Amino acid sequence: MTSANLTDVVQAEQGTSLWKDAWRRLRKNRLALFGLAVLSVFIVVALLTPWIAPYAYDAQNLDLGASPPSAAHWLGTDIFGRDLLTQILYGGRISLAVGFVATAVALVIGVTWGAVAGYVGGRVDAVMMRLVDILYALPFMIFIVLLMVVFGRNLLLLFLAIGAVEWLTMARIMRGQVQSLRQQEFVEAAVSLGLSPATIVRRHLVPNALGPIIVYTTLTIPSVMLLEAFLSFLGLGVQPPATSWGLLISYGAETMEEYPWLLIFPGAALTLTLFALNFLGDGLRDALDVRGSGD
Amino acid sequence: MPLLSVRDLQVDFTTRNGRITAVNGIGFDVEPGQITAIIGESGSGKSVACYSLLGLLPTPPASIERGSAVFDGRDLLQMSERELREIRGRDIAMIFQDPMTCLNPYMTVGNQLVEPLIYHRKVTRAQARERALELLAEVGLRDPQATIDQYPHQFSGGMRQRVMIAMALINEPRLLIADEPTTALDVTIQAQILELIAELQRKRNIGVIFISHDLSVVADIADEIVVMEKGHVVERGDRQAIFQAAEHPYTQKLLAAIPAGSKPPADAAREDLIQVRNLCTWFSQGRGAEPLRAVDDVSFTVQRGEVLGLVGESGSGKSTIGRSLLRLVPVTSGEVLFDGTDVTGLAGAGLKQMRRRMQMIFQDPYASLNPRMSVYDTLAEPLLLHGIATRKTVEQGVLQLMDDVGLARAFVRKYPHEFSGGQRQRIAIGRALATRPEFVVADEPVSALDVTIQAQILELMLELGREYGLTMLFVSHDLAVVRHIADRILVLYKGRVVEQGTGDALFNAPKEDYTRQLLQAIPGRGLL
Repeated sequence: MTSANLTDVVQAEQGTSLWKDAWRRLRKNRLALFGLAVLSVFIVVALLTPWIAPYAYDAQNLDLGASPPSAAHWLGTDIFGRDLLTQILYGGRISLAVGFVATAVALVIGVTWGAVAGYVGGRVDAVMMRLVDILYALPFMIFIVLLMVVFGRNLLLLFLAIGAVEWLTMARIMRGQVQSLRQQEFVEAAVSLGLSPATIVRRHLVPNALGPIIVYTTLTIPSVMLLEAFLSFLGLGVQPPATSWGLLISYGAETMEEYPWLLIFPGAALTLTLFALNFLGDGLRDALDVRGSGD
Repeated sequence: MPLLSVRDLQVDFTTRNGRITAVNGIGFDVEPGQITAIIGESGSGKSVACYSLLGLLPTPPASIERGSAVFDGRDLLQMSERELREIRGRDIAMIFQDPMTCLNPYMTVGNQLVEPLIYHRKVTRAQARERALELLAEVGLRDPQATIDQYPHQFSGGMRQRVMIAMALINEPRLLIADEPTTALDVTIQAQILELIAELQRKRNIGVIFISHDLSVVADIADEIVVMEKGHVVERGDRQAIFQAAEHPYTQKLLAAIPAGSKPPADAAREDLIQVRNLCTWFSQGRGAEPLRAVDDVSFTVQRGEVLGLVGESGSGKSTIGRSLLRLVPVTSGEVLFDGTDVTGLAGAGLKQMRRRMQMIFQDPYASLNPRMSVYDTLAEPLLLHGIATRKTVEQGVLQLMDDVGLARAFVRKYPHEFSGGQRQRIAIGRALATRPEFVVADEPVSALDVTIQAQILELMLELGREYGLTMLFVSHDLAVVRHIADRILVLYKGRVVEQGTGDALFNAPKEDYTRQLLQAIPGRGLL
């Protein structure tokens, strides 16, 4: 050990946190980077849509009708003569928002619920997890249909409803993580320092359990987007003139024999996003796996 | 002619920071019927060298650059994977450190034993089972008929290691490689396993390579000792030569690191800081079942400024006592008076206040630090929590702790995984001292460390104990270590105190049989 007073804190060597290390590994994964890039572009475009969309989202041109891609309408128009590119841009806003917001809702509820159940244990754990089991057992379509019927169709409600279904798995994963972590000595050390249970969960348990959670999150977003597409397809989700990728695909599917581009382009946008998320999720799983750090 | 003759072996690893030479031109021989011990700290290349002989290293990142290893007239390093597979488990067998992770938990011991026999010797299942039963009896398993169909978790650590040895011997190998086979075991069990290996080796006239970080472990059994440091062999010789007349400074350092001697007795009687009265900590084993009496009616006192050693094998309740005093496990009954206050009844603010005054140092420096927190955050947390430092002064407080435990200030922003085991234990000690406690429970703080590091950490603890005026409860399974650091020693067996006294009294005139057994088990006691 070198003499301590020779070095000053100013020259402290910057350590590599496990997060930085994971990022370093993620950067080497081409597919994951591609996924990240695609997502970033989609998100930026979604945010800028009102300014960059070529047409207003409700502008119709009934005379034009459904026309194939052309110079004026790069991706063609639908049967009401609405520009498909504009529709996809606005639909993307909704789809991405549902994906991210509903997942965020699921993340917050699931992580908190699972962490508390896992750390406190005993009866509290039993009651909390039985509640999760009961919710699991409910047919969630009925649950969402009921919500929609009682409260009316409301985008925010859709976010909440999907989030309220997706947090269950998140809670189970988190609980498992916390249960194995709390056996570790650093948690005992935190107890013996006198930290409160809330601080222990927040500072010592949650950050260490996040790896699998982050990965699961990237896999939840696409499943939520598919769910929204499915609900809209059934007529329970987003309603015209607002639109989403799910809705566009459902219309496209009805007319795919006459106007295939109405299915192909929205389908491609959704597929690309799902691919990107899955690649990113895979990449994150590998990057966060400490056992793979020997490269 | 030697059974195995290794010459000029070099093994490199390709890492992201470039090439590292893990084993640099080493050579040694193993004679039939003799034990060759390879000794070195972690990172010295001792295991890498042996694993490379059997083709057990993943390539890449490892690559064997040069050298030869002639076994039975053939060079192991030139063999194809198929030829090696023939030799592994038949002519050369291995025993590993951790018998739990090396046995398949879903297969009965018997099925795992017969597998290599059927694979290599083409015998019938019934014959193989017959042979397995014989061997289990030979390695000292009571009632092999009953235990052969049990699963690994139904065995204790020592019994599992015996099963591993049986499995290694079942094909009658001529060379046995034992990689730290006793490091995970209690001292008494370690002594039994060492004796078993030596006995089997003599009886069957096989050669043994015994890998260890601890010279004292092989003091009674090794014929030839090879000392490795940083990929080089620094000294080779027979046991006598190494222990009586070691020449290389590194070997001398290893010898000096073996804990020896006892602490001079404390001067005058001091007041009691801690009084434990009739402490019981029982663990429920499910409804209807008898509770596990981990600590059963234990009473003792710890005087202010004293180091009290707590010795016993695993299951003796020694760790549970430490955790009970700190309220890390719920106490069933009894009193723990700390400076006159009963700790067992505290809650809320009173408990938090008490936690500040008593701290713990844990066994495993890899598990006791939060991997997501830098050293700075780890050390700052207790300082801020107990208002020992403010946001402004916390930096100074953290640096002071770094100085105290002998870590360079420049490391303050680094994370646990960037440190060695010894350095991590220093961080853990710093965290325990941050609250300026009066009392520290040290639970096997050096048993996961290499011998040389062990000596440094013990030295540090003694020094800081004086400097901070600490009272300490030092929990260990290793009597030699405890004798070195403790003023008084308590011997525990099955949750009860068997004997207590000063280190010298216990060593020179043990009153109880169990204490005598523990003393017998200290490896290499004849040489010390």
